[in-house]
Amino acid sequence: MAVPAGWYLALAAALFVIGVVGVLIRRNLIVMFMCVELMLNSVNLTLVTFSRINGNLEGQVLSFFVMVVAAAEVTVGLALIVNLFRLKASIDADDVDALRA
Amino acid sequence: MSGALAVLASIVAQVGGQGLDTGATASSGTAEFVVFVIVAPISLGAALAVIFLRNAVHAALMLVVNFFTIAVLYALLEAQFLAVVQVIVYAGAIMVLFLFMLMLLGVDRELAFRDRLRGQKAAAVLLGAVLLGVLAVGVAGNYLGTESACTGAAATGDGPPCAGLATVNEGEGGNVGGIGALLFTEYVWPFEITSVLLVIAALGAMVLGRKTEDESDLTDTPRRDRVPVPAGGEPPHRRELEASPPEEP
Repeated sequence: MAVPAGWYLALAAALFVIGVVGVLIRRNLIVMFMCVELMLNSVNLTLVTFSRINGNLEGQVLSFFVMVVAAAEVTVGLALIVNLFRLKASIDADDVDALRA
Repeated sequence: MSGALAVLASIVAQVGGQGLDTGATASSGTAEFVVFVIVAPISLGAALAVIFLRNAVHAALMLVVNFFTIAVLYALLEAQFLAVVQVIVYAGAIMVLFLFMLMLLGVDRELAFRDRLRGQKAAAVLLGAVLLGVLAVGVAGNYLGTESACTGAAATGDGPPCAGLATVNEGEGGNVGGIGALLFTEYVWPFEITSVLLVIAALGAMVLGRKTEDESDLTDTPRRDRVPVPAGGEPPHRRELEASPPEEP
């Protein structure tokens, strides 16, 4: 392994943090959702790296399952955002405050 | 920050030739190094562009770039099957869904940031830096440098072998065959459950996306409790209500 595994892990950590910061500072619901995808991808990268470190394929299988769940999540999440847009005519996260006391 | 410094030091050591494999794998190792050094900054830059570009469509396109770079990294990490799946599922299906939604709703511009929680942006960046430090030291730090878990613990048989996947991927069927064998033997129940999950997700999207005649179908609020709609007009938007000047008593 010419490139140390730590580099991949550091890159994945940086991508995860970028996703976290994106969710925190953006107000557009779709962009926040994209940042969640970014985080899922960085975790997948970590799983694949550890799969290589440990020399077996189980990390890759788990990564495959994460992809499947992410696909299902995107389907339902975007449908929810569309309904929210119909209701509020906006996808600003600050407009979704129906539970606010 | 020390994690970032460790990465930098590791890069310097690598360029200096300390970390490169010698012998038969030297050429492939060098190729991996070159590709990683080119692809990793693109990946980081695209990810930063996702959160800093104001136009949501541009952000989505940058996310596609990021997904492609991650597919390249999967190929580098000897996960050929996942590299292809990443391109097809993420860069293909999921991003098409995102772009479709953005264009359908026409919400590609973001409103000015209103700081409801004072100092939220600064706090987010600060806490993000803390999280980066923790992750870099806690997760990546163990696999960096000459004292890494691969060189130290593996030599004494006390840690992961860090052997790579070459032997696994050269087995019967290669990488795809190996993953398929695992999926249909050891992980067959999770696999079946994901199929149920996908069916439920498709049904849920259909239920949520069906045409609603009455807007009250979208909420639990009974219709009589809601703001009365002025005749011949849309109900006033909440933000307009807040923005309108207070009435004089």
